[in-house]
Amino acid sequence: MNVLYFAWVRERIGIPREEVNTEAATVMDLVEELRLREDRYAAAFADIAALRVALDQELTTFDASLSGVREVAFFPPMTGG
Amino acid sequence: MGAQSTTFADGVREAGAIVTFSGRVRDVPGGLDVMEIEHYPGMTERALTQIATDAMARWSLEDALVIHRHGRLAKGDLIMMVATAARHRKDAFEAAEFLMDYLKSRAPFWKREITADGADWVAATDADEDALKRW
Repeated sequence: MNVLYFAWVRERIGIPREEVNTEAATVMDLVEELRLREDRYAAAFADIAALRVALDQELTTFDASLSGVREVAFFPPMTGG
Repeated sequence: MGAQSTTFADGVREAGAIVTFSGRVRDVPGGLDVMEIEHYPGMTERALTQIATDAMARWSLEDALVIHRHGRLAKGDLIMMVATAARHRKDAFEAAEFLMDYLKSRAPFWKREITADGADWVAATDADEDALKRW
């Protein structure tokens, strides 16, 4: 699936998007997988409370299922307006 | 955005009340060089459409408009505007505040302030999140 990163999450990981082959069932499972990859992922995902996630461009929660999902995006709380 | 306001007003001839709100880039201690606004193409359009649709469903509005800029902006530049048109002012004012509150915390934009000291991502505040509870 396509995984996107924005704002300081993108900066910490060092790339804006990547294709990830995963069997993760939920967002949290995917986060655990990414954390184990490299330090930069562990740093970006150190505090889940400081992150938000969208599945196929809809905001959701970290316990959401990844079944059928094509695009996952991780980012800090939004600061529009 | 004056032109946007005029176009919006011209499209809602029956509305007795039109509220427009514009947000501009504020200066910061130490002096702001540039504000950069990152966004999530695709989700941004969906989120703004959803927020405007929700406002139309909750209040008796003739129309609602949401505009948000992204990229590099200087202090004093306009960042965003919302406009609402209703028969009466209460609906127009409330819906405009609703649009603003949701735009701040539920539309995928991230602001970064660049000063002589470096670049800092603007942190979301509890007050912004709390503002949503009103709705």
